[in-house]
Amino acid sequence: MRNPFEGPKLFSPSFVDALRAYAPELLELRAAGAGAVPEVPHGTTVAAVVFADGVAMGGDRRATEGMTIAQRDIEKVFPADDFSAVAIAGAAGPAIEMVRLFQTELEHYEKIEGFPLSLEGKANKLGQMVRGNLPLAMQGLVVLPLFCGYDARRQAGRIFRYDVTGGRWEDADFHATGSGGRDARGSLKKRWRADIDGDSAVEILVEALYDAADEDAATGGPDLVRGIFPVVATVTAQGYRRMPDEELRKAAERLVAARAQEGS
Amino acid sequence: MSVPFYVPPEQLTKEKAEFARKGIARGRPLVVLEYRGGILFVAENPSTHLHKVAELYDRIAFCAVGRFSEFENLRQAGVRLADIRGYAYGREDVTSRSIANAYSQTLGQIFVQEFKPYEVELCVAEVGAEGAPNAMYHVVFDGNVFDRKSFLAMGGQSDELNTALQRAYDEDMELDGALQLAVRVLREAAPAGEAGNSRLETAVLERDRPRRSFRRLTQEDVAARAGEPAS
Repeated sequence: MRNPFEGPKLFSPSFVDALRAYAPELLELRAAGAGAVPEVPHGTTVAAVVFADGVAMGGDRRATEGMTIAQRDIEKVFPADDFSAVAIAGAAGPAIEMVRLFQTELEHYEKIEGFPLSLEGKANKLGQMVRGNLPLAMQGLVVLPLFCGYDARRQAGRIFRYDVTGGRWEDADFHATGSGGRDARGSLKKRWRADIDGDSAVEILVEALYDAADEDAATGGPDLVRGIFPVVATVTAQGYRRMPDEELRKAAERLVAARAQEGS
Repeated sequence: MSVPFYVPPEQLTKEKAEFARKGIARGRPLVVLEYRGGILFVAENPSTHLHKVAELYDRIAFCAVGRFSEFENLRQAGVRLADIRGYAYGREDVTSRSIANAYSQTLGQIFVQEFKPYEVELCVAEVGAEGAPNAMYHVVFDGNVFDRKSFLAMGGQSDELNTALQRAYDEDMELDGALQLAVRVLREAAPAGEAGNSRLETAVLERDRPRRSFRRLTQEDVAARAGEPAS
């Protein structure tokens, strides 16, 4: 690491640029040679829905390594800053590292400039990071984040999804990604309505994750034995809030009871 | 190349120090106060955008007086140092001591090597977590570091301010009391004609605030707490 007090003068408010100038070894991402990609843990399904006052985001708790379960209680939904959240699907190692870098990037910008980035700016920045991961993605270590936040200017929640090239698309209603993403989307498609409230948003997210776990072997459903439930967080004008475990447990139990009654 | 005149180092150091001191004394003052729930920063600052007090890391803040371009440069380098450390290691591994040390090294080097020393004085303050004591490192233009307790005034009229604070400081003050004291001593020390009409930049490091404990207070907030009209 070089001394930021002496090193090259830097005019950028970006943390990635600061790393490049003063500690490039922390950014090093050397593509390995061709060959088999080692088996690493993968995170599976994450989803987000827009509701009247903001946006809600959720993820199941399973990480898989090939055909085995690597972790039962992994967290995939993180606060990016006070007014945005990021959820990850794909190779868990690089994904969690990307989240850490992204969180630092947003905080760094805010401290250097004295005010936070716009939601649009945050979404673009994350896209650049996904693009930076392309060499690893080509070798199978794909990281696909889902980003959402409260846009203070528009006074609405917004969702952004990405592809491996860093391409960025906005979803006005909901989106889900990861191995069970397709099933979760199918579930959300039937349940989402414009202007739903926060409680319903949490409810349909929990249900979508349940449906994804029902169809996709890599997605974990609510684990009533160990007390492990999907994580849901909301972002509104009041900021980021992870739902307390107790509420998540109740939501999952209600859903399981309802499904048991229906027999499906 | 011309041969420079020989100037004895004693004289050079003395003149540089005098130059820096004069520059700093021309600026507006700033006070830092420990109160029960954290650390308070109050600076006379006519600008609403160019800050003298700023966040460095979770529990660490920076404040400075003197030439803006010089301390802003130092502030940004401090933020970079803190964020790179926190990213490379862990958040709790970023300490005010190591940041103050970096400031000391930098200012010391500039004072000795550069033609013109920096006309700045700064303080790196850290609010202790879970009952740990606070830290206040006062770094001056030549790189000297002083470990301060309770309160600190820097910039113009700093001697009068420190004396006034010494007289009235009470370690059991809450935020409102600390704010009232800071505002009062700053108003009293202001040169005639300026008293009472300069804008105050105010911020706190709050002990019980999780993670990022730095918070700015608005003009209205300060007015309500300190019991005087918003300027």
